[in-house]
Amino acid sequence: MVKKRQDYKGVVVCAPVTIPYSRYSIKSAHWFCGKALAELITSSGLSKSDVDGYCISSFTLSPDTAVGLMQYLGVTPRWLDHIPMGGASGAVALRRAARAIQCGDAEIIACIGGDTNHVDTFRETIATFSQFANDAVYPYGSGGPNSSFAFLTDYYMKQFGTKREDFGKMCVDQRTNALPIPFAMMKKPLTIEEYLNARVIAEPLRLFDCVMPCAGADAFLVMTEDKAKSLGLSYAKILATIERHNAFPDDPVQIRGGWAVDIDDFYNQAGIGPKDIDLMQAYDDYPIICFMQLEDLGFCDKGEAGRFVQSHDLTTGGDFPFNTSGGQLSTGQAGAAGGYIGIVETIRQLTDQVIGNTVENAQHGLVSCFGMINYDRGICTSAAIFGRSTA
Amino acid sequence: MIKALPHPKWKDPRVRTRKPSMPPGNRSREAQGLLSMAARGRFALQVCSNCGAVQYPPRQLCGKCLSEELSWQDVSNKGTLLAETTLQHSNDIYFRDRLPWKLGIVVADVGPSMVVHLSSDCKQGDKVRLALSIDAAGNAVVTARPEKPTSNEKDDLQLREMEFDPKHRRPLIVDGKTEMGLELTKAFLSAGARHVFVGYAKPWYESQYLEEIKKLDKVSVYPLDVTDTDSVEELVSMIGDKVEIMVNNSYHLRPGGLIDRFDINTAHDEMEIHYYGLMRLAGCFGPVMRAMGADGHHSATAWLNIFSAYAWINNPAVGTYSASQAAALSLSQCLRAELTPGGVRVVNTFIGPIEDEWHQLAPPPKLLPATIAPRIVSGLSKGIEDIPIGAVAEEILERLSENPKEIERTIKL
Repeated sequence: MVKKRQDYKGVVVCAPVTIPYSRYSIKSAHWFCGKALAELITSSGLSKSDVDGYCISSFTLSPDTAVGLMQYLGVTPRWLDHIPMGGASGAVALRRAARAIQCGDAEIIACIGGDTNHVDTFRETIATFSQFANDAVYPYGSGGPNSSFAFLTDYYMKQFGTKREDFGKMCVDQRTNALPIPFAMMKKPLTIEEYLNARVIAEPLRLFDCVMPCAGADAFLVMTEDKAKSLGLSYAKILATIERHNAFPDDPVQIRGGWAVDIDDFYNQAGIGPKDIDLMQAYDDYPIICFMQLEDLGFCDKGEAGRFVQSHDLTTGGDFPFNTSGGQLSTGQAGAAGGYIGIVETIRQLTDQVIGNTVENAQHGLVSCFGMINYDRGICTSAAIFGRSTA
Repeated sequence: MIKALPHPKWKDPRVRTRKPSMPPGNRSREAQGLLSMAARGRFALQVCSNCGAVQYPPRQLCGKCLSEELSWQDVSNKGTLLAETTLQHSNDIYFRDRLPWKLGIVVADVGPSMVVHLSSDCKQGDKVRLALSIDAAGNAVVTARPEKPTSNEKDDLQLREMEFDPKHRRPLIVDGKTEMGLELTKAFLSAGARHVFVGYAKPWYESQYLEEIKKLDKVSVYPLDVTDTDSVEELVSMIGDKVEIMVNNSYHLRPGGLIDRFDINTAHDEMEIHYYGLMRLAGCFGPVMRAMGADGHHSATAWLNIFSAYAWINNPAVGTYSASQAAALSLSQCLRAELTPGGVRVVNTFIGPIEDEWHQLAPPPKLLPATIAPRIVSGLSKGIEDIPIGAVAEEILERLSENPKEIERTIKL
């Protein structure tokens, strides 16, 4: 049993911001991150100099990092972090920022995940993703994440007898959640038949199993509860966070993620369990990874996620509201913003600033993040539980 | 099961000719270690001398105990196929032109999980046979086939891209009127070549071997003198677009060293044939082959040089010959770089002394052309890049890697 960690009492998240997604953009990542900052300060009534800390995540800032971006945006923070963890960045940025606020290293931290998507950006990103990917994956068909998740899906389906209909149920429900979201890439309802009969991309994956890369940014602020109150901002409390990297390296094919290592510590810190969660946002570039999150975070047993999604309604009005803004599968994957979308949506739901459909009486929201297929599996996992300010 | 590759049809000139393209070629320095194993047809991975862990993908420190004592060792090539996919979409032009493309994750018996190019005869859960192959960009890749060889496994279109199977292809054998030329012709025919072109120089000089070659089916002979640019140009104008495997079998050996046999003319002839000869062949046939390196399943695929093992290290008993071989080997590396963008790969074989009139005083062991030729063709069809043939070549290679100064002083092979 891990020693109980210090809680996040008195630290809150607020000001959920999304720079609307677009399939392609001629703007730069600097523009998307900068727009997110502008939106953060205007929506919270701050001036630029009030933000004294930054957590930045982006794939397409290159050759810059968070450092270059500070001069580009003309800001002078006393605390700066660059989180290069792709889809796991959001919750990791959150926990870094929360501790900095708690310790007084900064007063207001802007956590921003943003990326652009030029016509050839995605291909260039995956063609130079990591040393192991360059050496031992990309030269094998150059499918990018499609082929990696095809392996995980194939292995999982054969291990547990999961059907494509099970993944389809989840995708269809998420699409329902996405329909009122104005910036979602996918605008039309999805039927199970459309899902099942879509074009094959990398067997067993078909078109609607694969996330659509796009440009956009998501961002939020971290500050003390007192600060949020003094600014008159609606906020959510941070009840627990975890992160884990390169978990279960001896599993020959990934069938679980780092959440399974940290699950006890996670709920222990939050003081609540899976049954108390009112809504869940899981990292969803491909359905298989959602299934692993449902299992590894204790909502069902290993191999049971298919039955779980079939027996629950995952829409905002359902008995297990899941990816309530449609998730990336319906709204798009704006690069590193894909690691923030779940947090931003959860803050919206818990602070009554919802863009799409509201989950009634939501008190606790769980966000789970996953990132970086470095070689044959995703390396980074993280998660957070938020509570309504009155909870 | 893989179907036998059908006999090639006449090319329809209205159909798009696939332009050469290459799979992604960006590799780290440590991953290039795989290439040096693949080039020799070995299945070797890095093994930690401290804890014994087998590493993949390659790295500079042990992923288990952080020791830097990693050495390339031959390991079991068996594994189990755990997951598979067939790509119908790719982000790379090379693969887009060749979809669908089968891939798998194999857990090797020695430990690591490996992403592989997969034979279409493998199913999930099967035991498989792993190999290090070289892809069209000239980089090492891992391939997997069923544990036991299957009847048409060489006809897997995907894996054929990483080998130089002569089946249904047309080699041109340069200097074919020797015993080696005859044996090579027979070896290519028995490996399923569609047709064999044989070049011969000095038409006034009779050769029993050429007479035998002429009697074989599916063979045409042409005058070809590699010391004469016009002669090479004339042949390329006749058959250049049909040559899918170049077999540079140029051979001109006259025993003797430098001071002991000070003979500029002989040295000049050796250079003219081995070095300038390769240059003329490459200058004329290279551009045509490079343009056809992606043209269907029977595309131009390999440029094979038959060198002496003395290309690696000078043997003073045949000193000027060794020097001309070294010059040709060096030039072949330039040719390799220039042919790669066309998807045509340079393969070099290095043979020890053969049993012929010019090796009368060389000590045994000596090789018979009838032994060498099938081994050359078999190495070629496996996609090996450097093929040492015979005990002498193997020993030179081993001693060179151990102590090049030692063999320089004491070579008496």
